[in-house]
Amino acid sequence: MAILDILVFPDPILKQASESVTDFNAEFQQFIADLDETRLSAPGCVGIAAPQVGRFQRVALVDVSGNPKHKSNGYMVLVNPEIIEWEGYKKGREGCLSVPDYTGNVMRATSIVVEAQDAEGALQRYECEGFEARAVQHEIDHLDGLLFLDRLVSRRNDLFERKVYKK
Amino acid sequence: MPKWFMLTLVGKDRQGIVAKLTHALFEAGCNLGEASMMRLGGNFTIMLMVGFDGKAKALNDVVRPVSESLDLHLHVDEITAALHTHLDPDVRISVYGADRTGIVSEVTGALAESGLHILDLESDVAGSSESPLYIMHIEGHAAEGVDSLRAALSLMQDRGIETSLEEIDTLIG
Repeated sequence: MAILDILVFPDPILKQASESVTDFNAEFQQFIADLDETRLSAPGCVGIAAPQVGRFQRVALVDVSGNPKHKSNGYMVLVNPEIIEWEGYKKGREGCLSVPDYTGNVMRATSIVVEAQDAEGALQRYECEGFEARAVQHEIDHLDGLLFLDRLVSRRNDLFERKVYKK
Repeated sequence: MPKWFMLTLVGKDRQGIVAKLTHALFEAGCNLGEASMMRLGGNFTIMLMVGFDGKAKALNDVVRPVSESLDLHLHVDEITAALHTHLDPDVRISVYGADRTGIVSEVTGALAESGLHILDLESDVAGSSESPLYIMHIEGHAAEGVDSLRAALSLMQDRGIETSLEEIDTLIG
């Protein structure tokens, strides 16, 4: 096991798109273990993508189960992930290991269905909502060379969200 | 360690203020830090962290020609400051109501007593001169949790002030 070095923007290679994984060998298994150890070494970090450590393969790990408030599929290894359904939009605050000391608001779908292979290459299907759906979208963006900075919306002048209207 | 100054400029809004000011600062070798600039009531207001290797008097001399030509009030203070010291807000509160005196004092007073540390506040008066509407957005840190803030806000409704509170759950990925 090893903690890998995190690439930090403005390193231009973070903007590079990653390639599909085809080989699910032992070295790949070890990489996934190291990648998750790297994620766990960062306080509060719920997701990480392979390009953040300079490996340009379509692999993302997400686990939001640390906070019981969040609906969760537990620890997800997402290899060659594809979001096949989207629903709803909501603004939320995001930060990133690759962009230290900054958080910003980003619009994300509130519920998604994602298909991905697991660490052994078997096809899996996950339904994700809310915070977990946000995390999956944030990580899959890394695989396409996108950072949350590319999707920022204003912190100011937000619409007032009313949950209940009374007559 | 750079020496930081807080530059404050306020004056009638017009096109090109930021460009002229920052050009003069750049020419003088200044480094800019965090800033807040916005139009308030027809004035343009600037609060700007400036890293400058000199005395306040020298920085004043750099900015004075620009502020005088644009008719801006200028104020320069040497400050103790550092970058990368952001505090992350964990709560966002929105407030609105028919404008009257005391809204900000009542709301922020109740929130402060309940542990809110305000990190960012913006407010506006909308509507018309006949029936003005006061709107305020606050981001802050709930030192004693959000339940006490919710309780404080629930008392505002009787005073004609609508409020909503949203927890900010920052995703780190």
